[in-house]
Amino acid sequence: MSKTIYLDHAATTPLAPEVFEVMKPWMTQECWNPGGFYAGGFATKEALGRARETVAEILGCMPGEIIFTSGGSESDNLALRGVMNARPGEKHHMITSSIEHHAILHTAEDLARDGHEISILQVEKDGRVSLENLKKAIRENTKLVSIMMANNEIGTIQPIKEIAEFLQETGKKIFLHTDAVQGGVHLDCNVEKMGVDLLSLSGHKFYGPRGMGALFVKSGTPLRPQITGGGQEYNRRAGTENIAGIIGFAKALQLASEHRKSEAIRLSQLRDHAIERIQKEIKHVQLNGSHEHRLPNNINFSFWGVEGEGILLKLDERGICASTGSACTSADLDASHVILATGQGHGWAHGSIRFTLGKATTKELLDKAIDELKEIIAYLRSISPVPPNPPGSN
Amino acid sequence: MHDTHNEKQRWLYSATVKDHFFHPRNAIREGEEFIPDGEGLVGSPACGDEMKVMIQIDSDSDRIKACRWSTFGCASAIASTSMLSVMITENEGMKIDDALKLRPQHILDRLGGLPDRKVHCSVLGDEALRGAITDYFKKTEQINRIPAPPTTKIICACKQVTDADIEDAVLEGATTLDLMMKKTGAGTGCGTCIGDVEELIEKTKEKYFSGNNE
Repeated sequence: MSKTIYLDHAATTPLAPEVFEVMKPWMTQECWNPGGFYAGGFATKEALGRARETVAEILGCMPGEIIFTSGGSESDNLALRGVMNARPGEKHHMITSSIEHHAILHTAEDLARDGHEISILQVEKDGRVSLENLKKAIRENTKLVSIMMANNEIGTIQPIKEIAEFLQETGKKIFLHTDAVQGGVHLDCNVEKMGVDLLSLSGHKFYGPRGMGALFVKSGTPLRPQITGGGQEYNRRAGTENIAGIIGFAKALQLASEHRKSEAIRLSQLRDHAIERIQKEIKHVQLNGSHEHRLPNNINFSFWGVEGEGILLKLDERGICASTGSACTSADLDASHVILATGQGHGWAHGSIRFTLGKATTKELLDKAIDELKEIIAYLRSISPVPPNPPGSN
Repeated sequence: MHDTHNEKQRWLYSATVKDHFFHPRNAIREGEEFIPDGEGLVGSPACGDEMKVMIQIDSDSDRIKACRWSTFGCASAIASTSMLSVMITENEGMKIDDALKLRPQHILDRLGGLPDRKVHCSVLGDEALRGAITDYFKKTEQINRIPAPPTTKIICACKQVTDADIEDAVLEGATTLDLMMKKTGAGTGCGTCIGDVEELIEKTKEKYFSGNNE
């Protein structure tokens, strides 16, 4: 078998060698607690501060507004729980969307169990949240709106800036959180330009270390810590700092931000080429998500009459890594909530395949993957009893 | 303890399942002409699985002489239909009366097991086969041989939950009394059936899951 064609960059990305290099000393020689009151401790604290400044500069905020966490899920949990439960006993209203990551949706469900009110906005067919729906959902006691910057499955980019402007116009203080775990990799995530109060990031999505994330919390935002203990991270997230991880995270974010523009152009061209080929060369397919508001690296199609797990295993046999919204590969045996939320039936959701591109993706590799995909779809359709024409087609 | 649990949940197909997925036997080929004596279809794309089984019968010996099938579904669904087709056509073909007795666990045994969570949705082939045989009986006017639909029995009278409901729920993951109560409501009324419900959960687990995960 030839070399692996990895098209699952939205799942995770390999640690960049440059990032590993800057992490190494902090894992081997320089093992000090930044709280230590001696030269090694001071030096470590300084390095921690520099990493925080790097991140703050890229996000356009103050260093003190960055909290390092263990990843995207923890950042999302801290944002939602921290704001909604900022003052003990108070109950509030929160708005989110039906296509958020489970780190948001399941946390929101949990907040509802605690007595908070949660509204879940339905999305348009392309996965976008409509401002009209958001306006209707605002209540007297709305405290938090959490809408992802871009979706992980279908790549739809949300109008965060417009949402922020609208919330501003309400004249009430409604906090805005955005899960930028996917969006932050490819889009400018200057928090001031976007107008958000909280923003989540995850290191391993941009060639940084796993187990590292960050949460931007605008100063003045009430936030209750979810992990209590020592006074680390400005009393907002206790636990001895993961220095190597933090330094790697900052370096990876810096590299991503330096290459963001050129990489976005390169990947968008590859994406559009792939979308065009698939639409032209494979019948009875549907592009999931938006044409216009789409992450540069996301391709997500549903193929009528075939099921995603079979496609994945066949792709894997040929050395191609992708993902599916089919129920068969999910832990809960439910089809993708994202694809269902865009109004597609289960029949389409089960046959969805996502390719997410990254640094290693070239046109040649992508074309090879599409060639293989074509063959696999044709074969699986030939042994499927489902009529080739989807309902409503000719 | 922890390891065993992991082992059970692991995403791993047996070598036999893989073989039948990558090299399915008796799958209908594009353009192939196969005139069936009986045909059965179960499932739907919305559920995630659909299977069509077509059989040719040798009326003198009352055996299945050939089978073709098509399946929409995951790898284990494709593999299990493939295995079913082998089982009913090997050794000069299975007697119709024996084919009617085929159940998911027989296919599972031959496949070397499936991950627990895949059992329910993947193994529908026996139902499609019974459909095909029924179709054959209808076409050949052997109405008296058409198998009666499976009988079910109410286990929980308060919530009207049948043994079939409980069996299905176990296969969908309700493997403890607590989960069963949440899923089906069984035992949440007067509570007198709780012993029976527990027994049925255990029996169903034994029937489908034992021996697959060691």
